[in-house]
Amino acid sequence: MIRIHHLGFHYREGEFRLTMPEFTVAGSEKVAVIGPSGSGKTTLLNLIAGIITPTEGDVTVADVQVSNLNDRERRDFRITNIGFVFQDFELLDYLNVLDNILHPYRITGALQLDREVRTRAVSLAQEMGIGDKLKRAANDLSHGEKQRAAICRALLPRPKLILADEATGNLDPANKTRILDLLFRSVEDHDATLLAVTHDHELLDRFDRVVDFQDFHGGEAG
Amino acid sequence: MIDSIYIAWKYVGFNKVRTATLVACITLISFLPVSLQLLLEESERQLLSRAVVTPLVIGAKGSSLDLVMNTLYFGDEVPELIDMGASDRIWDTGLAVPIPVYVRFQARGQPIVGTSLDYFDFRGLKIREGRMIALLGECVVGKKVAGRLDLKPGDSLVSSPETLFDLAGVYPLKMKVVGVLEKSHTSDDLAVFVDLKTAWVIQGLGHGHEDVTKTKDTTVILKRTDNNVAASAKLFHYAEITEENLGSFHFHGDLSVYPITAVIAVPHDTKSGTILRGRYLSKEEALQIVKPEEVIDGLLQNIFRIKNVLDAVISVVALATILALILVFALSLRLRQREIQTIFKIGCSRMTIARLLTAEIALILLMGGALCIALVFLVDQFSNDLVRALFIR
Repeated sequence: MIRIHHLGFHYREGEFRLTMPEFTVAGSEKVAVIGPSGSGKTTLLNLIAGIITPTEGDVTVADVQVSNLNDRERRDFRITNIGFVFQDFELLDYLNVLDNILHPYRITGALQLDREVRTRAVSLAQEMGIGDKLKRAANDLSHGEKQRAAICRALLPRPKLILADEATGNLDPANKTRILDLLFRSVEDHDATLLAVTHDHELLDRFDRVVDFQDFHGGEAG
Repeated sequence: MIDSIYIAWKYVGFNKVRTATLVACITLISFLPVSLQLLLEESERQLLSRAVVTPLVIGAKGSSLDLVMNTLYFGDEVPELIDMGASDRIWDTGLAVPIPVYVRFQARGQPIVGTSLDYFDFRGLKIREGRMIALLGECVVGKKVAGRLDLKPGDSLVSSPETLFDLAGVYPLKMKVVGVLEKSHTSDDLAVFVDLKTAWVIQGLGHGHEDVTKTKDTTVILKRTDNNVAASAKLFHYAEITEENLGSFHFHGDLSVYPITAVIAVPHDTKSGTILRGRYLSKEEALQIVKPEEVIDGLLQNIFRIKNVLDAVISVVALATILALILVFALSLRLRQREIQTIFKIGCSRMTIARLLTAEIALILLMGGALCIALVFLVDQFSNDLVRALFIR
């Protein structure tokens, strides 16, 4: 699913450097990325998603060399193939839950919002246990419910790859387990691949593989 | 695009206070100059159109503006009174047709205009319902008065006392409404027209009372001689003129010294008008003759001078408001950086983000514009009354 080859990246300003000789994630694999703050975990997710482009090497996702696409192609590729789940949920407080889930369809021409998508959004929300809260304002939801809505938003376009950036970071222990269960089950149901950045070492044994960024420069932790 | 508008609509709807403030700012900065322009154009139209068709006005020396405003637009400011002889004097010159006007009293807030029948011909006023005044105590009302006071021929209208505390002053007279005038879109729509003699009855100069020679109440009679009977204040005075008591109404003394506020003079030709004006130039002359067009023109020039100052003030305020709006939008954009980053990460293009923000601004501008149009429409509907309230009363 993901293949990184001789990746090098640095911002125009600052000391930060990310190098990654080889890194692969197989289809349907669930991989956790751990490491200290500032080590480049989120930068890696942004590189895979094509939000930023590598200064060296290349990134291939689902057989598409993302780093070779132009801006518009990268955006279209991202919105149709990659689902993002963020630590702070990043729901829009001025939209209700259903509109938040449907939001990716409203901001790009690459996805078509039709009745089938709406039906799917409702059933996805029901699967996530927030089916009765679709008309509620996003702000009225609990943290756990917000993250469920965010997962629905990420899964609705049926992405091949889910990138989760500290998806359980803002949740209490009970909700962490529940949300991770839901995320794993949804990823499995949709036959997607999961690459999750986390600081939570208690959850690591649930992933197929763990990549430690601290040891990364040249190797992988298993 | 529809999705952008939908999201923008949700955003402006969610941030109600911010949206309301921005819409109010936009509405105000667009409404103020437009409505001001509208009101000034309407005032110019109303004031000038009537002034142009009124050739000359004769009244007591003093403020020519008060004289014209009272005679033409029935303004509240009553000029010093002149006597009816002023009208007769114009008639005697043979230079113009005099139309005496007595605008002093009110009925339920509407001016009562005492005049002669020539006034209706001069103004081209037509009766829409009922008939023209024919008897003492009758009145015809303007279209707006009829609407506001819900009057129709056959109804009654009571004149208002000048002051509630003057017990010896003017007593209300119950007038019979005999006609409603066609709408003229002028001050005539807002007036109650009576014959001059009825106006004098309202003032108490003419009156009707029970026949003192026939009264059986001896306490009313102060002194009785062979050819005169003196009665006390207990004598019953009529507050309404009816067919039965019409004959008892009478005026004491010479009518030529009875008061009026002005005389509209309609010269037979330009030369007659010039000669007539010349007759009032003497310093000893107690009356003045004015050309309403000149007086109103002077007033409008002053109004437009003030408008220029107001325009400058509004421009500065508008500029400050626009800068403040830009600042608000810029700050809002800064506060929403995280949201923008999120939707960008999801896959939204910068162009779409710009379109979303543009849609929000467009919606706010549209709402402000729509509100402004609605307010301007309202001002337009009531411009006649507003102009009257602002410039005449």
